[in-house]
Amino acid sequence: MGNNDVVIIGAGHNSLVAAGYLAKAGRRVVVLEKSSVVGGTATTDETFPGFKISPVADTAGYLSDEVKTDLKLDSQVEIIPLDPIASSPEPDGTHLAIWRDTARTVKEIERFSPADAAKYPLFVERMTKIAGVIEGLLKLTPMDLPSVGLADIRAALGLAGPVLKLGRKNINELLRLLPTPVEDLLNEWFESDVLKGALAASAVKDVTWGPQETGTTFTFIYNWALSDTGLFRSASLVKGGIGELTKAMAETARGFGAQIRTDVEVKSIDVERGKVTGVTLANGESIQAGTVVSGASPRTTFLELLDARYLDTSFVRHVHNIKYRGSASRMHFALSGLPEFPSLAGAETDGYLRGPIQIAPSINYLQRAFDHTKYGRVASAPYLDIVIPTVADPSLAPSGKHIMSVTVKYTPYALRDGDWAAKGPEIAKLVVDTIAEYAPNFPGLIIDQMLLTPVDLETVYDLPEGNVNHGEMTLDQFFHMRPIPGYARYRTPVEGMYLCGPGCHPGGGVTGLPGQNAAREILKDAK
Amino acid sequence: MPRQTPFHSRTNALCESQNWVEWSGYFSAQTYEMDHIHEYNAIRLGAGLFDVSPLFKYFIRGRDAVALMNRVITRDASKCGVGQIFYTAWCDDEGKIIDDGTVARLGEDSFRMTAATPTLCWLEDNAFGMDVEIEEVTDAYGALALQGPTSRDILQQLTDTDLSSLKYFRMLETKLAGAPVNISRTGYTGDLGYEIFAEPDQCEGIWDALIETGAAYKLLPAGMTALDMVRIEAGMLLLDADFHSASTAMFEVEKTSPYELGLGWMVNLKKDHFVGQEALRRENARGPATCTVGLEIDVLALEKVFVQNSMPLQLPYQSWVDELPVYSDSDQRDHIGRATSGTWSPVMKKYPVIGRVKPQYAKIGTRVYVEQTVEARRYAVPATVVKMPFFDPPRKRE
Amino acid sequence: MTQSYDAIIIGGGHNGLTCAAYLAKAGRKVLVLERRYLVGGAAVTEEKFPGFKYSVFSYVVSLLRPEVIRELELAKHGLQIVPLDAAWVPMENGDQLAMYADPTSLREEIKRHSKRDADMIPKYSQMMYQMANAVKPILGYVPPNPASPGLRGARTLADFGKHLQSLDKKTFHQLSKIMTMSADDFLAEWIETDVIRALMGISGIIGTMLGVKSPGTAYVLLHHYMGELDGAFTAWGTQKGGTGGVSDALASAAQSYGAEIRCNAPVQQVLVKNGRAVGVVLEDGEEIYAKTIASAADPYVTFRKLLDAKDLPDDLVSAIDKFKFRGSSGKVNLALDTMPKFSAMTDPAFLRGMMEICPSVDFIEQAYDDAKYGAFSKRPFADVTIPTMTDPSMAPPGKHVMSCFIQYASYDMPEYGNREQQRDAFGNAVIDTLSEFIPNLKDIILHKQVLAPWDIEQEVSLTEGNIFAGELTLDQLFFFRPAAGWADFRTPIRNYYQCGSGTHPGGGITSGPGRLGALEILRDGN
Repeated sequence: MGNNDVVIIGAGHNSLVAAGYLAKAGRRVVVLEKSSVVGGTATTDETFPGFKISPVADTAGYLSDEVKTDLKLDSQVEIIPLDPIASSPEPDGTHLAIWRDTARTVKEIERFSPADAAKYPLFVERMTKIAGVIEGLLKLTPMDLPSVGLADIRAALGLAGPVLKLGRKNINELLRLLPTPVEDLLNEWFESDVLKGALAASAVKDVTWGPQETGTTFTFIYNWALSDTGLFRSASLVKGGIGELTKAMAETARGFGAQIRTDVEVKSIDVERGKVTGVTLANGESIQAGTVVSGASPRTTFLELLDARYLDTSFVRHVHNIKYRGSASRMHFALSGLPEFPSLAGAETDGYLRGPIQIAPSINYLQRAFDHTKYGRVASAPYLDIVIPTVADPSLAPSGKHIMSVTVKYTPYALRDGDWAAKGPEIAKLVVDTIAEYAPNFPGLIIDQMLLTPVDLETVYDLPEGNVNHGEMTLDQFFHMRPIPGYARYRTPVEGMYLCGPGCHPGGGVTGLPGQNAAREILKDAK
Repeated sequence: MPRQTPFHSRTNALCESQNWVEWSGYFSAQTYEMDHIHEYNAIRLGAGLFDVSPLFKYFIRGRDAVALMNRVITRDASKCGVGQIFYTAWCDDEGKIIDDGTVARLGEDSFRMTAATPTLCWLEDNAFGMDVEIEEVTDAYGALALQGPTSRDILQQLTDTDLSSLKYFRMLETKLAGAPVNISRTGYTGDLGYEIFAEPDQCEGIWDALIETGAAYKLLPAGMTALDMVRIEAGMLLLDADFHSASTAMFEVEKTSPYELGLGWMVNLKKDHFVGQEALRRENARGPATCTVGLEIDVLALEKVFVQNSMPLQLPYQSWVDELPVYSDSDQRDHIGRATSGTWSPVMKKYPVIGRVKPQYAKIGTRVYVEQTVEARRYAVPATVVKMPFFDPPRKRE
Repeated sequence: MTQSYDAIIIGGGHNGLTCAAYLAKAGRKVLVLERRYLVGGAAVTEEKFPGFKYSVFSYVVSLLRPEVIRELELAKHGLQIVPLDAAWVPMENGDQLAMYADPTSLREEIKRHSKRDADMIPKYSQMMYQMANAVKPILGYVPPNPASPGLRGARTLADFGKHLQSLDKKTFHQLSKIMTMSADDFLAEWIETDVIRALMGISGIIGTMLGVKSPGTAYVLLHHYMGELDGAFTAWGTQKGGTGGVSDALASAAQSYGAEIRCNAPVQQVLVKNGRAVGVVLEDGEEIYAKTIASAADPYVTFRKLLDAKDLPDDLVSAIDKFKFRGSSGKVNLALDTMPKFSAMTDPAFLRGMMEICPSVDFIEQAYDDAKYGAFSKRPFADVTIPTMTDPSMAPPGKHVMSCFIQYASYDMPEYGNREQQRDAFGNAVIDTLSEFIPNLKDIILHKQVLAPWDIEQEVSLTEGNIFAGELTLDQLFFFRPAAGWADFRTPIRNYYQCGSGTHPGGGITSGPGRLGALEILRDGN
């Protein structure tokens, strides 16, 4: 055996969190990253000279205090909270902004519906309690249902507090709501299309489905549970770009003794008689270790890095059946100035543009945009989630210039007609035109632009079908079913081989939870 | 409606009984004459000619053909030489048997597989990441089984190839009555015999030549009734009779492992990974829950039961497939297993039965009791565990 | 003052009749009050045009619980279900798909479309059979309140938990998938051929305003797998003389035990005194008293129309207001001069089965997308049967009746004008679509009856025309049917019970809610 205990494949943020925890526990860890920088989908680079872009993930999400403390992140990175957490310019020239401060939001909502404004505080209170229960669930290692062990019950006791806080009647509400579309949830509370559109958008931002589909209430609450705002979506930047966060994670891991190697491509995971023995690199080098942890997607891990012929037939079938279906593109602009949204005029423009801007005027708008993906078409009127990070962090661009990063939905990976190479320019135009409807001066500000289609996301970032979550966040791929039924506890059929990426419970987002949970299980097995 | 095999014009003309059954979607003759006994005798004394075209057939070709076969089947496919045939089982992930059949190695990188159940998608599901091509050729080949002591003599009349050199479980490509064929020394009768594969347009000619030449060698076309009798004599298991396929069994309790079916000899735990290996390794260490055994019914005891009922001994005129309780005691208190098929053997003058019992009753010579019903009364008739095959003539391998 | 009864059942639909029969069998003096001139609710046969008899609404039977057939001796009372033959689908390329009942023909037919699927279909059936077996016991449970189950509920929950734990992992995992996936995604894990998936997928969307690609619809596939006919698994059949025959058999059984049935007796309100139900008031003002009142109407009618909101706790009122009905199905019943000719049909024997206008998954999904924002499908999915093929008594000699179950149509379709205009436009879309596959159809139509969801609501009081008395989605099943805490057939009003399809185990001609409701009434000693 060599002098490594653990090989971690990939240096995405979950891998780095796992590396940090394992190294901290005294394991000799080596992290192998294919590209020349750490961070995976959480990187920042000068795509356009002088402009620091975070190509895939840009807003920092939930990182628990525990992780921040354990991995000493607080001292290394500066988090810039954004407020409003979302503002929705409307086609009719009005707009709705949602602030961290409930009272301020209530005032905004009043312009659309006094009834909704009155209900909003209660909604926030109720959802916060429900999210508390879900948050507990997300931190658990899933049970191997239907069998439940004593340890599982002990671990789940942590849920008792939040459940009691929720109250008896609301438990029923939670159970009933989880498998509903977010549209149903919002219809039960609110009447304003604008408000419902603004809220629903966050539920579908990182999933393929539209807000009328079952399971989106779950993603809505998931986002709520894992947000840094205490509300339905995250809205924070990392000063200098999200890449600073993963760089800090890598630093911490190194500090604990982990070795992090970049520009190293793993070609295969080596197995002997059902036990992992290490990995072989593309250059032929082999690195031995009794534990191999993959931050890559289940598809890459099991169907490319491992030799599938050593896996059970039903296992391989399950891996094949994982749904990815990426439907988001990312587009970045270098701008010569700040775009003007007439609907946001009059108010403190800077204030509004500081937070994410959603082009999501109603639930039907979102749903109609989604409908196209079912037939392999791009939405004719897309839902856009826009961040201008330079408003809050001017250091990202040359003085007076700006960056705009846009998540574009829905743009399905699998196009029915044509291919992405040809479709790209069409999408780029669609995005510019759509933004121009709300900010007419926008096209004239563009210095440079870059589009990452789902196919680009797959090729460049190893995201199967362009799905940032390494697997759709649907109810059938959650908890004991994630990534596949029977293997939700970060372990795999190969002894010593683990997963730690967002393809595992609880899923995507810059949360560190899969990495943290996986490290915990790995250390448990070593006992 | 069932389909017709490439031999149908000929089998139909000869099928006096018009007693057809459906076999994997094809018409198959149950008997040709009204009575099966001449067909049975032909197999054991002359030769029987079966149309076995409905067998599911697959070609597996490509660089990873050996790897695929080795992943699927329980035997070590790399040990199967070109021109050799393996009788083998294949299992699911839990080590439960899906089917049994033959795997013939046509070349370094090509195999032909026969199966009783549809196997295409199972092969495809297991071929992930492999450089291999899987083709179902069930309809692309007609197949005959020529079985019985005179089968070699008949075939030899029709080919220039010296068949005495064709060993048991080997095959060769040759011409039969001018038609290109693949001949293997295999069968489902436990006798000297051959199986012949040919393309559909050659089938009628081959059939005609065999029937014409065979006339001098006591050859008769034979149907499923006679076949079932001889396969029991040969101790060969029948799917959906002696066991169920794990891929279609509705309940877990219906599934069995190769160890339980007496096919443990074909499970190679030493070879590289195959589907079900881990489960089978565990089962092998633990020992199977049941064992398949040959039972020989004590005919004298059975006769006494008939006499009690004022009847002379009645023996089954043809084979049966059933689930009869087997007990360790004549009082029928201690249930130890089941009898799944049986037949009176005219050639052995014995009553062999295939069954599955708890392991402690599987030793040769153990006395057990099989339920038999006479005049609507149940009796536990003594039977002895004996070696299978019940009927095993040296000519089978010579 | 009229005479008094032990129990009054509101609504003479099949569940109301079932409930009445069980109560009467237990010795109760029972009165069934039916709003219309005939019993059966949505399971009726009516002679809409002289000589032509229709199963106006519900038209096939499979899910009728076998214990109800046995316990009420329904065969003696006229139940006679004839199995339907193959399901048949015309494809847009002129080809066809025939799902034969016999495995040999089925395999050959599937092989024509995909060799792989020919292998997979038996395995799929095996898996569904195992899952249906795993779920069936739940159909017989009385759903407890999950948050405060009480002693009996706790026992049910424990049984339920034990049952789930007893399942083998594979079945449990499949169950987890089928409870959450879309019908098409679930099927796609097994079946590759589009038209086969389309055909199999439709059972996932019947009665819901959801598409085959909407998550949550896979469960309904399983719901439809729980049917059986004379022990034959998942077989579908039609009742001789139309579906009304099933209701007639139930009515006859109820009457044989002494139940009284009054038609043309619409109930306006349930009389509540001091939190107890004491009787009902009919629309004409007549008051009838009884110790127990059971409503077979849907949850909206049961709680919001027959009762005053002030008699109910707020959370129940709001739960019922949130309960989703969203009718999505229509019905077009045609009287035909002669046999219809499907251009793709190679064998007229297929006319004896179910003809499904669902040539592709996209076709069905597009039908859904057309309708879901408040319209109807431009090219709707249709499930067509011709009852006269097996039961000639349904029409004059040589003539035929054709029953077309249609999806999708919304309850409200304002863009087409008033209700009549909406109905006409919808009917025309149906006939046009059918004509694409049946070129001679327009020439042979003698009469046409079109029912959009609104019409269904008007005719048989199913809110928003939902044929299952409430959508069968995960959030409206078991504990939550119709509302958490009130899924055990009881209501906040003492002596007022529920026994309709809006309760567990849900819609379809199952008689399950009627039977379970009756058993709960008897359990309470009422």
